Amino acid sequence: MTVLRGRTVVPGVVEGEALVSHETISGWGGIDPATGTIIERRHELCGVCFTGKILVFPGAKGSSGWSGFFQTTRLLGTAPIGMIFTVMTTKAALGAVVTRVPALSDLDRDPTEAISTGDRLRLDATAGTVEILGPAVS
Amino acid sequence: MKLTDDDKAMRDGAEGPAVAAAMDLLIRYGEALGAERLCDVRNVAGTTTQPSPAKAKLVAEGGWEKAFSIINLDADEALPVPDMKVPTCQLQQGFGPDSVGIAPYPEKFVELQSDAEAFYGRRGVHILATCTPYQVGNLPTRGEHIAWMESSAVVYANSVLGARTNCEGGGSTGAASLTGRIPCWGNHHDAHRRGTHLVRADVPVSGFRDWGMFGYFVGELVQEARPVVVGELARPDLTELKHFGAAAASSGGVELYHVPGITPEAPDVEVAFGGAVPEAVGYGAAERRRVYETLNDQGGCTDVDFVLLGCPHASLDQIRAAARALDGRRLHSGTQLWIMAPRALKDTADRSGYTAVIEAAGGKILADSCPAMSRSAPPGTKVFATDSAKQAHYLPAILGIEAWFGTLDECVDAAVTGRWRGGL
Repeated sequence: MTVLRGRTVVPGVVEGEALVSHETISGWGGIDPATGTIIERRHELCGVCFTGKILVFPGAKGSSGWSGFFQTTRLLGTAPIGMIFTVMTTKAALGAVVTRVPALSDLDRDPTEAISTGDRLRLDATAGTVEILGPAVS
Repeated sequence: MKLTDDDKAMRDGAEGPAVAAAMDLLIRYGEALGAERLCDVRNVAGTTTQPSPAKAKLVAEGGWEKAFSIINLDADEALPVPDMKVPTCQLQQGFGPDSVGIAPYPEKFVELQSDAEAFYGRRGVHILATCTPYQVGNLPTRGEHIAWMESSAVVYANSVLGARTNCEGGGSTGAASLTGRIPCWGNHHDAHRRGTHLVRADVPVSGFRDWGMFGYFVGELVQEARPVVVGELARPDLTELKHFGAAAASSGGVELYHVPGITPEAPDVEVAFGGAVPEAVGYGAAERRRVYETLNDQGGCTDVDFVLLGCPHASLDQIRAAARALDGRRLHSGTQLWIMAPRALKDTADRSGYTAVIEAAGGKILADSCPAMSRSAPPGTKVFATDSAKQAHYLPAILGIEAWFGTLDECVDAAVTGRWRGGL
């Protein structure tokens, strides 16, 4: 079983399905909090819903509204259930904190390469590990 | 994270439950970042007043105290909100009373926002209502630690003013305003202010449009890193650097750039990098054309319903330039033109006669907001034109409309003829 190790951003443990973005994500102007979908037209995941998924992405870009938009997904019940990201920024850190989901960064491998969309993950952000349990169950 | 005795006292409730919640959020945030400590700030720029459906619901349940507690302090319940501990301003927000009858924006939101302004004003929040606080009196000094949000203001404060801020959010600025503290991380440290990438313009970069296009290129290239830009650069003014930074913070996440010989922390290229200078990436005619095509790839129909100027909020020079371009002309019957500006500068434009010229042509100057923030454009807009790379980047996704990007003159031509005829 593949295990990646990283640094705790927000502690907590969660199991679920991965949604992998190879491109950075915008909050404001990039997601619709009402539906939990990515709306940036030039984005590889435009139209894809992240609700209930463990979002794996390189990092946050764009407006400082990032954290507020992801916080709103929590208030509206459309949030991802975990976050795994490569590049630490204030937007991503504060966004993970106010979304209040287990989150991990600074991993020993590039998570957007090691993990594929649909993989079942066990994210133990308290211990700083993410286990790839297997591919998606169809 | 190492906390001072004051930090611990605030966390433990010595200054009341709202300050305790603020410190709890700052600690969680600082630990998420891996910050070693917090630092003092006495200049906070955040957002609190803008209505949204989620915020309107919180206000209905427990007033602005509940909205501030949940959204800006990440608390679970309404807490009594004390006065701001340090000078704090409100950035851009929703459309205000001057938009009624012009923008199709809910009047109940205009009223809710006016109510918010009164609530926060009583607690010491300056209602600047602009994405460009540095244009209307909030000018941090060089080296000053501040806590700002609004990506275009953050990159301006760091790069052009030499102040020190990360790209904060609604929660961290709310917490900073009640504590005077923010995680000492990233842009607050000397070592994280030096350049990482060298970008050399091999074509002339001159004028508002080209500074925006160059910024869009640089942002896409370096993402959240720190570019140092050199080459065939005409000396930029405030409006051009405002556009350059906003564009670089839209295509990427640039929070700090250096222009050697122009910006304060870069007397020359060597100082900008504080060590070895990396090999330059070139920006030539092909790259310039590619940026232009990217910014125009959301345009298809050349019938323009709406022209948008003033993103980030227009300077007086930009308002005056628009007035000159519109003087004696009349907008096409099917096209509207809005210029976004800080209210303080709109007052000056009124006084200088620029507003009258713009309105005589059929255009409007609107304060406080923009179509992207308020999700509101003239009714029926399908295609808009703008001189702002940031709006061309964001507005198609936010409003589901087509975009054309070009110069002020091309935008005014589109407003007058109803047709987009721009080109590189």
